[in-house]
Amino acid sequence: MANLADYKNIWVFIETECGKPKNVGYELINVAKPLAKEKGCELVAIVIGHNIESVAKDAICYGADSAIIVDREEYEMYTTDAFAKAMVALVEKYKPETLMIGATNNGRDLGPRVSCRLKTGLTADCTAIDIDEETGNIAWTRPTFGGNLMATIMCPDNRPQMGTVRPGVFKKGAYDETATGDIIKEDIAVAPEEIRTSLVKRVKEVSESINLEEAEIIVSGGRGVGSAENFSILKELADELGATLGCSRAVVDAGWMPHAHQVGQSGKNVAPKLYFAIGISGAIQHVAGISGADTIVAVNKDPDAPIFDVADYGIVGNLNEVVPALIEAFKAQKA
Amino acid sequence: MNICVCIKQVPDTNEIKVDPVTHTLVRKGVPSVVNPFDTYAQEVGVRLKEKLGGKVIVISMGPEQAKDAIKSCLAVGADAGYLISSRKFGGSDTLATSYILSEAIKAVEEREGLKFDLILCGKQAVDGDTAQVGPEIAEHLDLPQITYALDIIEEDGEIQVKRECDDGYDMISTKLPAVVTVVKLPYEPRYPTIRSKMAAKKKEIPVLTEDDIPAINLERCGLSGSPTKVKKTYTPVKEKNGVKLQDMEAADAANQVVKLIYDAKIL
Repeated sequence: MANLADYKNIWVFIETECGKPKNVGYELINVAKPLAKEKGCELVAIVIGHNIESVAKDAICYGADSAIIVDREEYEMYTTDAFAKAMVALVEKYKPETLMIGATNNGRDLGPRVSCRLKTGLTADCTAIDIDEETGNIAWTRPTFGGNLMATIMCPDNRPQMGTVRPGVFKKGAYDETATGDIIKEDIAVAPEEIRTSLVKRVKEVSESINLEEAEIIVSGGRGVGSAENFSILKELADELGATLGCSRAVVDAGWMPHAHQVGQSGKNVAPKLYFAIGISGAIQHVAGISGADTIVAVNKDPDAPIFDVADYGIVGNLNEVVPALIEAFKAQKA
Repeated sequence: MNICVCIKQVPDTNEIKVDPVTHTLVRKGVPSVVNPFDTYAQEVGVRLKEKLGGKVIVISMGPEQAKDAIKSCLAVGADAGYLISSRKFGGSDTLATSYILSEAIKAVEEREGLKFDLILCGKQAVDGDTAQVGPEIAEHLDLPQITYALDIIEEDGEIQVKRECDDGYDMISTKLPAVVTVVKLPYEPRYPTIRSKMAAKKKEIPVLTEDDIPAINLERCGLSGSPTKVKKTYTPVKEKNGVKLQDMEAADAANQVVKLIYDAKIL
């Protein structure tokens, strides 16, 4: 068994795609900052990608003490094999006590591959992270059973303690442009034959990028919207608020919206500050996906729809009347 | 193409209720189902087999009653099923579970006299929601993995997987053997017929214990093989006491809600 005392510092993985960071990496810095302070250790940002030095600098401005970067062409796009190799090599060299990864699709692809190779514990899709007073271990808290049960999990005897953390649950910290810190460059080459998957093509199904996980406002529609065409009134509300359009599973199954818009257990977990559930009944799988939302507004013609149990503001009524009225009311408020 | 589908029997989360007094999950009387994501893995596996020949073999780790879940897969096109079951496997976290499954997969290959070209899993089980066992099986077996599949297409010994991403999908190819975890498909899983159900019911489901998986290291199974420990579980308190407006003109209700949103400084 590893000598636990050899493992120091908290690492956060800053996920990038074609050189651009995902917000969740910076959110993790803000979560990890007080934990690092309490442990009296360093908070290190890990950036693997291509042309990502500015991302490492930004990570320091967002609160990381230092950064380790692996910058090579083969990391331009995410692949399981290359990223797992790089991350495992870094962990074996530097021995971090804790490693946090954003629970995006790629993060949840990478995390288990790395933890399994290192034979350590990984806690999935955490929504709260604390230090256990008794042992000093990280206490990872996560929803299970579709959000019906919360579990707090620890990894007492293995290092690093690893967790993936749900995007959007935590906020980014303040950006301090005067912050400084070391950026260590590691050169880890991956031969083409070591990467066993290849990207054939990338297909955009939606005109603009649907980043539901990082959206601040989401307008979602369900079966009650009635047709693909009728989503135009939701789109109008979304445009008025600068919101991202979401939907329930029933809408995707009916072919009214592409899967990229789906919120819920078989779609995206979201954490906006404001979520509109319009014509959505509130099946448990959908509600599980919006548990991170600060405020929920529900519009439904059925007064007994379960969505009203989780809504902060509910309007019982015909959405074809209520949504245009909401658009007018927001316009009036802005004016 | 020989395909192994890893499934889990889970409580039907639609039926899960929280006891209002004890705030614990009421599991008694909750029906068990095949994890919904696994039914997609099973369906795409059977479709690939129907096109290319070969076998679909279902494996599941769990108690004796998980045989029911395996049988429901046999009723919709799987050729055989194995239950992986032992007291020594109880209490396994994802690392230990994936280790046991990866060793079981090798044991099943030996018994069936075949090699799997593809190992399919649902993206996650709806009770644990970890999405970790699939990638960890791939790691134990040193195979490539593609997660979050929306469809799988075979061409000339390679597969292409439609993988979910933020604004659409990626088509990713990989050589076989490989592990793929499935989110959903462009079609629904088929239903069993009365005849296929009856036939599945009669089939023997072999149970593999540690005695049938000779290479297994029991220290890597169960609690001793699990680096993560559950410290506590609790039901989240639903303290929402929202405002619900009914029997009002749409404009009045909308104005009131928008005002509340601005008053609460949400916008």
